[in-house]
Parts: sequence; C-alpha cells; structure tokens
Amino acid sequence: MNEETLACPVTAKHIKVALVGQPNVGKSMLINSVSNAHLHVGNFSGVTVDKTEVLFDYKGYNFTVVDLPGTYAFTDYTIEERVTHDYLCAEEYDIIINVVDSTNLLKNLQLTSELLTMSKKVVIALNMSDEAEKEGISVDAEYMTELMGIPCVKVSAATKLGIDQLIDTVVKEFEAEKVDPKLVFSVSVEDEISNLVSYFKKHKYQAVNSHRNIAINLLKNNKKTYEKLHDNPIWTELQPVLIEASRHIEIHHDTDDVKEAFAEEYASFNRGIVAEVVKQDKREEKKTLTEKIDSVLIHPVVGIPIFLFFMWGLFQLTFEIGAIPMDYIDAFFGWFGDVIGATITNESIRSLVVDGIIAGVGAVVLFIPNIVILFIGIALLESTGYMSRVAFLLDGFFHKFGLHGQSFIPLVTGFGCSIPAYMSARVLKNDRDRLLTLFIIGFMSCGARLPVYVLFAGAFFPEDMAGNVLFAIYISGAIIGLIAAKILKLTAFKGVDEPFVMEMPKYRLPSVKLIWHTVLTKTMMYLKKAGTFIAGASMLIWFLSTYPHNSTLEAEYEVKIQKAQSEQEIIQLENKLAMEHLEQSYLGTIGKFTEPIFAPLGFDWKMNIALQTGLAAKEVVVSTLGVLYSLGDDVDAESQTLVNQISKNIPFASAVSFIVVVMIYLPCLAASIVFTREAGSIKYFFYLFAFTSVAAYVMAFIAYRVTLALTGVS
Amino acid sequence: MRLIESKRGQKLEVVKLHANEELKHRLISFGIMKHTLIEFIGEAPRKKTIEIKVGNMQVALRAQEAEMIEVKEI
Repeated sequence: MNEETLACPVTAKHIKVALVGQPNVGKSMLINSVSNAHLHVGNFSGVTVDKTEVLFDYKGYNFTVVDLPGTYAFTDYTIEERVTHDYLCAEEYDIIINVVDSTNLLKNLQLTSELLTMSKKVVIALNMSDEAEKEGISVDAEYMTELMGIPCVKVSAATKLGIDQLIDTVVKEFEAEKVDPKLVFSVSVEDEISNLVSYFKKHKYQAVNSHRNIAINLLKNNKKTYEKLHDNPIWTELQPVLIEASRHIEIHHDTDDVKEAFAEEYASFNRGIVAEVVKQDKREEKKTLTEKIDSVLIHPVVGIPIFLFFMWGLFQLTFEIGAIPMDYIDAFFGWFGDVIGATITNESIRSLVVDGIIAGVGAVVLFIPNIVILFIGIALLESTGYMSRVAFLLDGFFHKFGLHGQSFIPLVTGFGCSIPAYMSARVLKNDRDRLLTLFIIGFMSCGARLPVYVLFAGAFFPEDMAGNVLFAIYISGAIIGLIAAKILKLTAFKGVDEPFVMEMPKYRLPSVKLIWHTVLTKTMMYLKKAGTFIAGASMLIWFLSTYPHNSTLEAEYEVKIQKAQSEQEIIQLENKLAMEHLEQSYLGTIGKFTEPIFAPLGFDWKMNIALQTGLAAKEVVVSTLGVLYSLGDDVDAESQTLVNQISKNIPFASAVSFIVVVMIYLPCLAASIVFTREAGSIKYFFYLFAFTSVAAYVMAFIAYRVTLALTGVS
Repeated sequence: MRLIESKRGQKLEVVKLHANEELKHRLISFGIMKHTLIEFIGEAPRKKTIEIKVGNMQVALRAQEAEMIEVKEI
C-alpha cells in the first residue's frame, strides 16, 4: 500500500534483498541489527505474516530489505509459506539473504538447498554463531562457501557480529556475475539431470534459468516450470523423456512421490555439507536446559496445572498491581477537569470538554496499568517459547472441541487484542480450521473489555475477590468459546482435521527490548484510540445525552428549586432534573426505544445504550457509562467515582448479564474489519455478527435468570 | 513399529512415511523422512500428542500423525 512512498530513490546502486529463513532463526532480529531500523517484529512463529520492508543506505548503495515470513520449506501450504513462495517466484529482487541457525544447520539447509534452484544470487547468513560457539559447535564458513559455491558469512544478530561483513558480501555478490551454486545429487539423479540438460542443449532451448536448474525443477514437478515449457514445441518430445526420468528416480528411492525423493536427495546433500563443515565438541550426552525445563513444564500430570496457575497469577497481578495507580489517575482527571473547566466560561462548551471529553477519555485511560500488565504477560508467553508448549499440552483437549492445538496461539493473543489474534490465526493451514478459530477468537476477552470487567468486579466484589472474579470471567469466556467451537464444528465447519506438526522452539530468555517494544506499541495504540476515536465517541455521546434542551422542563424545575426549603432538597431536585433531562435527550430516546428488546436481560436504558456504543469499541462502554452515570450526579461526595455509581444504580443480576453480553458480543469495529479481511468474505462478518449476538443474548438471559434465582431478588 | 508405539527416551530411525501426500510433505518440511534419526522425548496426557527430537529441533505431533510414521529402534 505505502510501498511506493517508502521506496528508496531509484539510483544505479539500488540493491533489493529478499530475506528468507526458517521460523525461529532470528531473521527479524538480524534485520534490526543490519538496518538499525528499530522495527518491531515479533519473534514467535506466526507473527511476521506480512512482509516488511526496511530501507537503509550503506557505502553509497540504497538497500531495500524485504523481510519475508519464516518458512520451513519452499512450498505453499500455509499462508505464510505462500507469501514467501509467491514473493520469491514472482517479484523483482536482486539477491536472497538466507538466514540459517548455526546451531541447527542440517535442518536449516533444507530450505537453502531448495533456494539454490531459484537461479537467484544467494548469500547465506550463518546466524547465532556466538550461541553455536558456546554450545561447542564450530562452522567453517570458508569451506562451506567453497563447497556450496555461494558466499556464507558468520553473523550474530544478538551481538551484531559480522553484520558489516554480511552487507559487504551482499554488495560484492551483487556486483559479481551469477554463478551456479554447487548442488550435487546422487548418481542416479545426476544422470537424469544431465540427460535432460543435453536434450535442452540439442534443441538450443533459450531461458533465463540455467538448463540444469530447469531440469531439476522439472524433475521436482515444479508447476511454474511446467507451465513455461508446456507451451513450447519441444514439450511433445520432452514429455516422454521426463516421465521416464521421474520413474527412474522414484524406483531408485522406493517411493511413488518424486518430491519425497528430492527431499531425501537434498537431505543427503546437506548431511554431506554438515559433515564437512561442522565440528562439534564431543560431549557426553546430557539434557539441554530446554529439555530440563520441559520435563517440568510439559509434564503429563503437572503441566496443565502449572499453566493454569500462570494464567491465574497473571490475572491476579493485573488486578492487584493494576489497581494501585488507578486512584491517582482518577484523581488526576478529576483535577484536570476542574482546572480546565475553570478556564471555560461558556457553560455548554465547559460541559462538552469536562463531562464529555475529559470524563470519557479519563474513564478509558484509567485502565492503562491493567492493560500494560496483561500485555507484558502475553508478551512473556510469546517470547519465551512457552506458548507452543501449551499448544502441545492442550491439543488433546482442544481437539475434542474441534480445534487445533495451534489455535491456542491466536486464542491467547485474543486476550490481548483481537486484531493480532485474527492475523495470527494464519498459522493454521486448513481453511476450515482457520475460520473456526477466527469465529471464536472474539470469545477470548480482549484488553479493551478488561476495563468493563474491572469496573464491575470492583463495584460488586470486595477488592481481594476481584482478581478471582476477573479470572473466572476470562475462563468462562474461554469455555463458552470452546462450546461454541464444538457447535460450529458439528454444524458449519464439518471436515477433515489439519495435522498437528509443530516446532517447539528452544526456551529463550525474554528480550527486555522486545517486550518493551511490544507493550509500548500496544499501549500507545490503546492511548491513541483513547485520544482520537474514544474522545470523538465521548463527544458524540455527550451531545446525544445533553440535547435537545427542554426549556419547559428546566423552567419547571427552576421554580421548584427556588421554592425549596433546604440545601438537601435543592440537591435532590437538581439530580432529578438531570435524570429527567437525560431521559428525554436523544440518547435517552434511543435507549427507551430499544429498551423492550433488552428488558428480559435486566438492562436499564443506560446500560443498553452503553452496549450499543460498545459495538464501535469496548472502551466506549466504560466511557458511555461514565458520561451517563456521572452527569449531574457528582454533587454527592460519596459517589465521585463511577464504581460507586455503578454499584448504587445497577442491580447485581443485571450487572452479571451485562458482563456476559460484553464477554460474548462482537469485538470492536476495527477487529471486525480485520476479521472480514482474514476470513476472506463479507458474508462471514454477517455470520459472526448474527452468531455472537444470538449467543450473547441467550447466554445473558440465562445468566440473568440464574443469578436472580440464586440471589432471590427480583 | 509405528512412532506412537515407541517409548520415552527411545532413539529411532524413520523407515517409511505412511501419510497422505499433504501430511508427508509437511513432515518432510520438518526434516522427518526416510533415514532421519529421531528421539522420543515426551508425551502429553494420555499420549494425545507426543514430542520428538529431530536433530536439535523439538517437534510436537498428534497421535494420529505419529501413527503414520514407521520407525525402527537403533
């Protein structure tokens, strides 16, 4: 979209680099070290889903580096793989930097050897070479360069070792003539290749790609190569030769799948390379740290309780520590409103600024501490590598509900914010599985719903219980989500399950910088929303709740107030006026009009307005309540805070059913847009809207009735 | 023997993949193919999922998938 505006000035010395590697090789960190771009790109599988471009200058060259999603192999099963695959095949670029993990070279070279048949210049960045040394692994980069016929450079993104050398190598390779890399297969395959090559030579076949590469790609059943040759007159003669060649290879490898045969060919080539260039200290086989930690954290018996304990702890912290600065923030906005209000003489404008904007935005900013803690927690889960362990532990359980263990990643991300959650659902390859996950992400209460819960938990429960209540709300949301998944799986999304094959990355100490960036970006996003969108919504709600003015009503009360005997009576009359005024305002009219629909759930018209405005963003629920419940009522010293207002004005059972609706119904407008994009069709948005609305209504009704029955009040 | 039948700590060699084409390529992209050496590391409750080691990489598999990998002990 903004690629044009970003692009370097096109000069003669412009190098476009495609950065490719398997997941978890530190690609994103490398791009940071290379460009000092301070880009934030998350580092767990499934985050870098869209390609990111980074631009920088070096020694008179303009560099454009395109960071492509991590991919295990050069295929197009998952969306990520497809993005990388399509980019490498179809886009214009000069050179590939293939990032590999030096501590796990054999596995990483699998992708490398496939890249070598691309007829592009390739430079290998042997990343994590410092870590490899620590583990007693030494890689002979020079020998590797010689053996593979492509430059291999030792680097470390973490310590910035070899970064300049890497860029120098890229420049040198860019200036040099393209040479075919040395990719050697077994004798039987080599025979077939040279057979085909001499065939091309004989027919003087012209192509950008070398004859050898074309031959390899044909034997590998590469679709694009087939398409190209298919329209060529030599095809009729070539086809039988090719069929024979494929049959030979398949026989030789005892398989009916030529791709499998080639995978084995690549693997043995790579084993050869690794055997030559990697020297590993002979150490007695002891368990790695990761394995030791795993023996506890993914223990079949204690693993799940430990996970639940972590989650419970996170919610406790969110509430306990998050509650500490809340009073100060609240006091600050009260003071700020007074100070600003004193400078504005026009009553209507003062009311707009103080009761509309400051009250609305203040009610949202109040929850920053809770949100920061929750974001830190989720960032820790992601960056340490624990998330995929939980996917491993929970797959059995999730599978019962028709979900995939890896659905866990988007679902937990959903506790932070639905938007990245919808995007991370791309880890799921199968369309049905992905759609199903997309549909229930909304049931995982996002950070924006937290303020509503904190508000109600604080209003109806003692402080030491509120953390538990919060945990219970989140868990029940998740359980409802699972049940919804089961229902959907049995009805709308019947089909074959996606296989569960997943890497469990090594545990890593969380990078403070990364966590800082994640939390900062998300918090800024939240604040930005509070400053723009929510301020706007607050103004609108203020307007709708203040107008139209009813002069008869005001005059009527004016007379009454003048006749009043005591101060107390005046206050009562003023409150009554405010209430009646609100009821006849635009907002009141809408609320009253829709009241019958929500009456069975125990909502008054204010609550039902708050829920409707919440369709735009969940934070607006709180700011709406803030505007509606504090207008004209703040004369009473004891009920300064919204929490007090809520507990005074809303019956407990209604509060419960309110929370249930907030838990289940549609996340915000922005998330709905992302959902629609990820689901691939607008019709899914309408399905989602209908599905969540009905579910929310039914569940809230049940919750309301049950609470009424239990508490014995009606 | 199928992978799912093996036990914790066993070192194995892959003999054949009995999976359909799609799963087979998925496994291959993780480096799991004929002649690959793997180690059975652990299992989730009731062996619903298992964890193996391929080279230095730890890979999680569902029982159904582990059923399709023929292995022999080494």
